[in-house]
Amino acid sequence: MIIKPGTRKRGDDRDEAMAQSDELEALTKAFSGHGVDETTLIAVLGKSHPEKRKAFRKGNPQFFKEDERSFERWDDHRIKLLKREFSRFKNAVVLWAMHPWERDARLMKEALKDGPDSYNVLIEVACTRSSEELLGARRAYHSLFEHSIEEDVASHVHGPERRLLVALVSAYRYEGTKPKEDNAKAEAKTILNVIKSGEKKTDNEEVIRILTTRSKLLLKAVYKDYQEISGSNLDEDLKSDSRLQETVQCLCTPERYFSQVLDLALEIDADKSTKKALTRVIVTRADVDVKEIDEEFNKMYGVRLTKKIEDTANGNYKDFLLRLIAKGD
Amino acid sequence: MSTLTVPQPLPPVADDCEQLRKAFAGWGTNEKLIISILGHRNAAQRKLIRQTYAETYGEDLLKALDRELTNDFERLVVLWSLDPAERDAYLANEATKRWTSSNQVLMEIACTRSPQQLLMARQAYHARYKKSLEEDVAHHTTGDFRKLLVPLVSSYRYDGDEVNMTLAKAEAKILHEKISEKAYGHEDLIRILATRSKAQVNATLNHYKNEFGNDINKDLKTDPKDEFLTILRATVKCLTRPEKYFEKVLRLAINKRGTDEGALTRVVATRAEVDMKFISEEYQRRNSIPLDRAIVKDTTGDYEKMLLALIGHVEA
Repeated sequence: MIIKPGTRKRGDDRDEAMAQSDELEALTKAFSGHGVDETTLIAVLGKSHPEKRKAFRKGNPQFFKEDERSFERWDDHRIKLLKREFSRFKNAVVLWAMHPWERDARLMKEALKDGPDSYNVLIEVACTRSSEELLGARRAYHSLFEHSIEEDVASHVHGPERRLLVALVSAYRYEGTKPKEDNAKAEAKTILNVIKSGEKKTDNEEVIRILTTRSKLLLKAVYKDYQEISGSNLDEDLKSDSRLQETVQCLCTPERYFSQVLDLALEIDADKSTKKALTRVIVTRADVDVKEIDEEFNKMYGVRLTKKIEDTANGNYKDFLLRLIAKGD
Repeated sequence: MSTLTVPQPLPPVADDCEQLRKAFAGWGTNEKLIISILGHRNAAQRKLIRQTYAETYGEDLLKALDRELTNDFERLVVLWSLDPAERDAYLANEATKRWTSSNQVLMEIACTRSPQQLLMARQAYHARYKKSLEEDVAHHTTGDFRKLLVPLVSSYRYDGDEVNMTLAKAEAKILHEKISEKAYGHEDLIRILATRSKAQVNATLNHYKNEFGNDINKDLKTDPKDEFLTILRATVKCLTRPEKYFEKVLRLAINKRGTDEGALTRVVATRAEVDMKFISEEYQRRNSIPLDRAIVKDTTGDYEKMLLALIGHVEA
């Protein structure tokens, strides 16, 4: 900064230092969180003088490292992270514009490619879409990838999860009203017995049968009956089996499930696949139950989902998400 | 190829309905008239007849048929008059009931229909039975049969012709391995048969024969009494050579002491508009007697006449 001789006062220096540190803070924030704050980047960084940028580099050791050849160098990993953050808005827009069938097909394909850490997405898509929507996703999968979803899941997933996941993506559950006589109580008892016996639940063919073939209406009744006969919630008792737990949550208490996923995604230090959930959930539920999820989120965590997004997301990405949530109003 | 013969020009649907109504009227029933109409209309035409009959006379045609006809003839005509998807749903549901249970029929429907037809059958199943097909199949099967049949009825195979030869080699090897270990219910074996496209399965099994010398079904014949092996072999046949599978079902049905009308009816009603011609040719090749002659020898009355109409038999 060029200092004009004879015009400086002591107050000026302090104000200036504060203004400068405010700007640096705003700049750092513009680069942190979910997405980037394009406006701040343009307003602050765009018109900055070289000294200001140097101050920014020197004042941000997580972004820049002092290189042995006397310059502050971008941390490579940080550039990679930034690439992701800049793309977040793009990804959200592209995903939102997509036909829901193509969207779900692509989400499932990506989850398969990413590996076991992302298999929860397979469960999420298979269990929270309607029967017709899941069927549509299977059709789109044929067109996009020239394979059936079940053949890809069956050949990429190994171990006890395979049977569960293949069955879940292949399901075409009945969605009409419950028949007058249903055996929800009996099914709840069956599951309780398996849990009590201590045997590995993902291997139990009755548990698989009940969770992968029965209608959602009946499963919600099973969830309720299980609570009555055992005193605890089914998904809590399945804690040791994360896939089964996710399955039950998605089928029986989807708003809770989505709230949990969003809460984890909005953490500052969330990892790549956890963070992706923010876009995925908002985009895929905006037309369905995002309002109910917002309410449930508030109930569970004492803060509105919209407020949390306001605080942790940036720029166009943030605005886009908030607009999707407000759509229903 | 279909063996159905439809008259040209086609009589207007109102005429068909009027004739059918006449056939039901009064004492007794004019079965000949029923055969001459319903036995010579395709699925779309029959659907229109049903619709028009209901609109005109306020009654479902099937109810009238159920009331007026009996025994094997009735079953054949009713099954035939159903829409193909409804028919498959009906047969599948029957196959899950205790007294009429049949793993073979479930596998047959799952494997010989196109992916789209199987999907439509599942939709028809929802509408008619207020349950999903897979939930009933899962409920009524256990063990290895459940592990095979639920994926089979739930499959929505890719229906393209593209084949991956590297995959075919790899999966032929897996199949051979599991069969050698006698691990017939192994999840990899089932996964390959239940999820791969029909084109891919064919390529894999061709490679199996090239590489290991035997048809896979020969290697699956180690214990003729093992019911699971029987259904595995039938699955393979349905996926690769359905006309041969159906020929065998017909042969066993006809040769059986007293005839298995259930199987005979099912095959003719479900294949007349699909590939009955090939099945018929296969039958003659394998048994040295034309199918229609075998049917004449083995069945009688209106049941026989309806069967003959559906397989395209022309009176000399």
